[in-house]
Amino acid sequence: MKQTLEIHDLWVNVEGIPILKGVNLTVPRGEVHALMGPNGAGKSTLGKVIAGDPGYEVLRGQILLDGEDIVELEPDERARKGLFLAFQYPVEVPGVTIANFLRLALQARRGEEVALGEFYGKLQRAIETLEWDEAYVTRYLNEGFSGGEKKRNEILQLMVLEPAYAILDETDSGLDIDALKVVAKGVNTMRGPNFGALVITHYQRLLNYIVPDVVHVMMDGRIVKTGGSELALELEERGYDWLKEEVGA
Amino acid sequence: MSEAELKHIAEDYKWGFADDVEPELKLKGLSEDVVRAISETKGEPEWLLEFRLKALETYFQKPWPTWGPDLSELRRQMDDFYYYVKPPVEGERRSWDEVPDEIRRTYEKLGIPEAEQKVLAGVGAQYDSEMVYHSIKEELEKKGVIFKSIEDGIKEHEELFRRYFAKVVPPSDNKFAALNSALFSGGSFVYVPPGVEVEVPLQAYFRVNTEGFGQFERTLIIIDQGAKAHYIEGCTAPIYTTEALHTGVIEIVVLEGAESRYTTIQNWPVNMYNLVTQRALVHENAYHMWLDGNLGSKVTMKYPSSVLKGRGARSEILSIAFAGDGQHLDTGGKLIFAAPDTSGSIVSKSISKGEGRSSYRGLIKVPQRAERAKVNVECDALLINEASKTDTYPYMEIASESASVGHEATVSRLADDQIFYLTTRGIPEDEAAALIVRGFIEPVAKELPLEFAVELNRLIELEMEGSVG
Repeated sequence: MKQTLEIHDLWVNVEGIPILKGVNLTVPRGEVHALMGPNGAGKSTLGKVIAGDPGYEVLRGQILLDGEDIVELEPDERARKGLFLAFQYPVEVPGVTIANFLRLALQARRGEEVALGEFYGKLQRAIETLEWDEAYVTRYLNEGFSGGEKKRNEILQLMVLEPAYAILDETDSGLDIDALKVVAKGVNTMRGPNFGALVITHYQRLLNYIVPDVVHVMMDGRIVKTGGSELALELEERGYDWLKEEVGA
Repeated sequence: MSEAELKHIAEDYKWGFADDVEPELKLKGLSEDVVRAISETKGEPEWLLEFRLKALETYFQKPWPTWGPDLSELRRQMDDFYYYVKPPVEGERRSWDEVPDEIRRTYEKLGIPEAEQKVLAGVGAQYDSEMVYHSIKEELEKKGVIFKSIEDGIKEHEELFRRYFAKVVPPSDNKFAALNSALFSGGSFVYVPPGVEVEVPLQAYFRVNTEGFGQFERTLIIIDQGAKAHYIEGCTAPIYTTEALHTGVIEIVVLEGAESRYTTIQNWPVNMYNLVTQRALVHENAYHMWLDGNLGSKVTMKYPSSVLKGRGARSEILSIAFAGDGQHLDTGGKLIFAAPDTSGSIVSKSISKGEGRSSYRGLIKVPQRAERAKVNVECDALLINEASKTDTYPYMEIASESASVGHEATVSRLADDQIFYLTTRGIPEDEAAALIVRGFIEPVAKELPLEFAVELNRLIELEMEGSVG
C-alpha cells in the first residue's frame, strides 16, 4: 500500500470563481510539509477541500489517501480513513463537552467502543504534553474559548485521534510565543513513520518549532515552488514578491 | 392524516401499538348525563357531582381560545369523543400480578415495573380513564406519605382533599380546566407530611388505548412544611387516524420551606391534542421546579405556572419542546411573583424539525408588592430545516421598581459549520446533528432523571436520522 497523501491536478471553484487551479502535492507518511504563500493563494481552501467541506466544488483532480481517491467521500468517511484537519477557526458547539465529543469521535474512527480507562489515559497524556488544565475537557467544545485555547484544543484532538495525516490550517495565527511552543510540542510528539502532516502557515515563525522536511509555496491556486526548510527562511527574509516575479504569477 | 403519513410516523413511534382490551364501560359525547354517569360509577359524594356539573356549565360558557395553535379540528370532534372509558379492572391494584395480563404486558413494554423496582419510590399506572395500579414503598407509607389515585384520595382523605382541591386551578381558570373539572378521572393524590423527604421519584404513567378517546386525569400534590418530593409523569398512546384528546389538571401546593419537583415527559402520538393546566402554589421559602419535556402530540398547549405566594419563595421552570412534522407545540411557563424577595426563572429550549412548529409563550407578573423579586427568562429556539418554524410570545408585567428582570431570547439554525467540524472528526452527519441538538438542550436535560435522559437521547437520535444533508 502506498503511504502518501497525494493531491493530483486539483481544480476547485468557490461560488463559480476558480480558487485552486491544478494543485499537485504529495505528503508521505513520516514527513512534515509546510504550505506557505501569500494571503488569498488558496492554502486554506486546499485544507478544507482535502477534509471534504461541502461548500467547495471540485471540478477536477484527485485526492489520494494511501492510494485511494477520497474526492467523493463525506468528511466523516475521510476522517475515519485517517485524515484530520486542525481548523483555522475552530467552531463552538455549546452543550457538548470536549471529553464526550472526543470519545465519540475516537469510537467512530475505530468503529468500536473505546474503554473509558484507555480513553482517559490518552486524554491525560495529551493534556500533559500541551501543559493544559484537565478541567478544560469538561467544558463545552470551544464555547467561550480564547483564540489560543481553541488552537490548543485542536492539537488535543489531533493527539487523541492519532490520524495518519493531519492538515494544520494556520494553527499559529493568534498564538503568543508560549502557546506556539506548546502547540508545536504537541505536533512534534506525533511525528514518526506513520504520521504525515501538511502545516499551512503564512509566517515562518511556527516552522522554527515544527521544522518541516519540505516547504511548498502556493500562489494563485498552484504550487509554484518546492524546497527544503531553508526556503521558509528565504521567504521570511525576502517576502513573496521575488517569487511572484520568478514564477510569473 | 393519510394512511401513508401515519405509517411513516408510526415507524418512528415505538409506543404506537394497541391492546385488544374490551372496556367495561364507554361513555360517548359531552353532556350532563355523561358527567352524572361518571360520578355515579365512582360513587362520589354529592358535593363533587355538583362541582362537576357547575364546571361543565363553565366549559360551555367559556369561548374557545382565539390565540395559539389551530384547534378547529378538535372542536369539530368534541361531540364524538369517548369521555369515559373504564378498563376491565375493578379498583386499582397494588400488585402487578393482579392487573390483567394484556394491560400488564403493555406497562412491561413501557418498562414501568422494572423502573419501579430500580429507581422509583412509587408508581401509579392509568389505563384510559382509570388508575389500574398504584403502589408506594412501604417505608414511605409508614412515614405517612400518601400516594393514591385521585378517587381513593377523595374516598379516604376527603377533608384534606377538599381543603386544597380546585383551589390552585379553579374550573373557571380556562376552558380546558373547566372541561377537566367536569370529567376528571384518574390521576394521583399525593401528600408528603412535614419534614419527610422522599428522595427518589414517584411516577405516574398515563396510557391511552381506546380510539377517539379523551383522557382527563387530575392530580393534586401537597408537600407539607419542610418536606421534599419529586413526581414524574409519562404518557403514550397508540397511533390512530382520528384525533385524541388529553386534558389534565395538575395542582401542587408547596408549603413553607418545602421542596418539590414535577417532571413531565410527554410522548403522545401525533394525533393527540394535549391541553394541560399545571400550577403550583409556592409558600414562604419553599421551592418548586417544573421540568417540562414535550416531544409528542399533534398540538400541545401547556404553560406550567408557579405562584410565588410567600416571602422568599423560589421556582424554576425548565422546558424542552421538540416539534416535528405535523406538530405544533405551544409551551413555556408562567411566574406570578406575589410576595417580596421571591425569585424565579424560565429556561426554554425548543427544537423544530421538518415542518414542525414550536412556540414559546411566557407570562411574568411582578406586581408592586413583590419587592426585590428576581426574574430571569431565557428562551432559545433551534431550527433544523428550512421549513421549520418557531415563534416567541414573552409577556411581562413588571410593576415593582426594585425587581431585577433579565430576558434573553435566541433563534438559531442547525449550523453547517458545526456539522462540518464534527464530521471532520469522524462522526457521521446524523450523529453530529444529534450531538448538536443534545448540546442545545443540555442545560435543561441535565436535570432529567437518568432513565429519561437516556430515553430523550434515543428519541433525538431517532428524530435526527436523515434530517440533514
